[in-house]
Amino acid sequence: MNKIVSKEYFSPQVVKLEVEAPLIARSRKAGHFVIVKVGKKGERIPLTIAGADTEKGTITLVIQAVGNSSKKICELNVGDEITDLVGPLGQATHIEKVGTVICAGGGVGVAPLLPIVEAFHKAGNRVIVVLAARTKDLVILEDQMKANSDEVVIMTDDGSYGTKGLVTNGIENIINREKVDLCVTIGPAIMMKFVSALTKKYEIPTVASLNTIMVDGTGMCGACRITVGGKTKFVCVDGPEFDAHQVDFDEMLMRLSAYKEVEK
Amino acid sequence: MKEQIIARRNEPWRDELRKNLKNKERADIPRVHMNELDPEYRSHNSEEVNLGLTAEQAMQEAKRCLDCPNPTCMSGCPVSIQIPTFVKYIEVGKFLDAAKVLKETSALPAVCGRVCPQEKQCEAQCIHLKMKKDPVAIGYLERFAADYERESGQMSVPEIAKPNGIKIAVVGSGPAGLSFAGDMAKRGYDITVFEALHEIGGVLKYGIPEFRLPNEIVDVEIDILRKMGVKFLNNCIVGKTITYEDLHVDGFKGIFAASGAGLPNFMNIPGENLIGVMSSNEYLTRVNLMDAANPESDTPVLIGKKVAVIGGGNTAMDSVRTARRLGAERSMIVYRRSEEEMPARIEEVKHAKEEGVEFLTLHNPIEYIGDERGRVKQMRLQKMALGEPDASGRRRPIAIAGAIDTIDVDEVIVSVGVSPNPLIPSTFKGLDVTKWGTIIVDESTMRSALPDVYAGGDIVRGGATVILAMGDGRKAAAAMHQQLSSD
Repeated sequence: MNKIVSKEYFSPQVVKLEVEAPLIARSRKAGHFVIVKVGKKGERIPLTIAGADTEKGTITLVIQAVGNSSKKICELNVGDEITDLVGPLGQATHIEKVGTVICAGGGVGVAPLLPIVEAFHKAGNRVIVVLAARTKDLVILEDQMKANSDEVVIMTDDGSYGTKGLVTNGIENIINREKVDLCVTIGPAIMMKFVSALTKKYEIPTVASLNTIMVDGTGMCGACRITVGGKTKFVCVDGPEFDAHQVDFDEMLMRLSAYKEVEK
Repeated sequence: MKEQIIARRNEPWRDELRKNLKNKERADIPRVHMNELDPEYRSHNSEEVNLGLTAEQAMQEAKRCLDCPNPTCMSGCPVSIQIPTFVKYIEVGKFLDAAKVLKETSALPAVCGRVCPQEKQCEAQCIHLKMKKDPVAIGYLERFAADYERESGQMSVPEIAKPNGIKIAVVGSGPAGLSFAGDMAKRGYDITVFEALHEIGGVLKYGIPEFRLPNEIVDVEIDILRKMGVKFLNNCIVGKTITYEDLHVDGFKGIFAASGAGLPNFMNIPGENLIGVMSSNEYLTRVNLMDAANPESDTPVLIGKKVAVIGGGNTAMDSVRTARRLGAERSMIVYRRSEEEMPARIEEVKHAKEEGVEFLTLHNPIEYIGDERGRVKQMRLQKMALGEPDASGRRRPIAIAGAIDTIDVDEVIVSVGVSPNPLIPSTFKGLDVTKWGTIIVDESTMRSALPDVYAGGDIVRGGATVILAMGDGRKAAAAMHQQLSSD
């Protein structure tokens, strides 16, 4: 069950795993996530599915080692098994032909962005990808993005690759250059907050894929709740994608820190 | 079944036994008290509070049962346990026979003996009550027989009919699903139970705490089902991992949906999303399912010193007593009605009070206040009074204008009910659902609008008890069996 068939390091902290999960590979769509638990006493954490191969019966997960549980997953090797893996969870991305779509990803959000880029491109949209990273070594999936989009813009904080600047600078350049019909963003909450504020200014509909604290991932616990348009929503069953302009990112950022002091 | 009950009562040993003591003498025996751990000791650990009866206590209590010709107690049991028969076996010391009788109709006797509200069911129908005496402690006796059998190491596996090769899917491994699975396995069906979580047992595992229902007890009962040939598949969400259509392709001829009441309700008051405010589902799942209080577990849990639990049901009691055990110096129940209207079992309220839980009845939270980092630090409570009875028959709580208390808290657990999990209703096209999201079924058969889908437990009831869910499972099993046999 859930055997790891391949492992690749995107950077010292970011690992790509291909995992046996034939049922999930068959039923997943862009935007879906899984819950992963490693070890008998492991924690259940959500990970967005970065891809799937229905013939091999595998799904792809890209994990950044940030906390104890994500580190444990990154330490697994080919042949090891993920103790528990369940999904696909959440609502799939709503894909349609809208015209020009900016897909903006930062950090580990780049990996789950790939299937969305593919899907929008297949649906006949002009897709422009903006990839943001602190420095050149942390830029991932550039080739795969290029193969599935019309243009890839790279932004680095230190200017070591692509253009120096933040993801928002990259997006704004495109908006000033051509008409954009939709923006999709996945990345750290703080990044999505600023992307959302920017596109709101230009009145460009924007979808953000949120990654919050979860336990069961099926709507049972409510740990993932956020406020969207003044109403409480559960990221696990109502999301993970929401109208970014309606999301209370400050509350979300606050809630993400809930277990900072007690994390084991 | 009626004939069997009469025939069993007419067996010579039962006749003989009835003559041993006069009814008056039986009725004059005082009801047994459950042996319990000391409240101070138990409020610092997760050991089971109720210790069970000794064999002597059980045999003495069993004498109190009059072995009525028309056992009204049975009418109060949702799974129709043959109560006088198992009780009389206890009276004569044949404890393993007593356990076998329980297993004829209940897939989970050791669980039911612990968490069923017997005082509202079988015991509420006991003949003794008509004579102003305490009812026979049927629940304690049920637990005794089930525990005795387990501890004896001679667990009996119920008889199974010849396999008929018909595949049946069960969605959810909580009490409704397990009860259904047991009954159908006995009839020879090929049963697969699909569970979304990594553990089998549903609410029995993630919800009810160790001090009231040890996981080990649940596992032993699940193991019996395995021995009966029931297959369990964890980490598999019907409606997501596999669909209704997939089940058909895989050859399943019937489906029992028992996916439970998943979604926790919140009150939609200001501050409810502050850090430290959470649902009882989240709190209990972290502690029970994920073992978060154990330093070896990777899952964290916030440990509050001043903990308020909002609500008056059994889940609220489970949460507040858990908080106490995790080190809360002040643990409070906040409930908008009075203690009389509380839906929790009297035993749970009693245990909570003994363990030092405070009861702020006639108080309703209206706002939570956070510190600069977004952590809850206070709750504002509206004081209430009781008015005229409402639709539920309970007196309606009314706010007393201007009467607001502010109380310091560092953790708030919201336990104001749950709503049905929308997964099955939203992915099984053609089901009829109520506006609350519960699946509509024919009450006598538990059959839904989809002819091959039956449903029971909280996905139908909204939020009820373990035993009512188990009763649904039995009813659905009988009806599905009848349908499949006549097809």
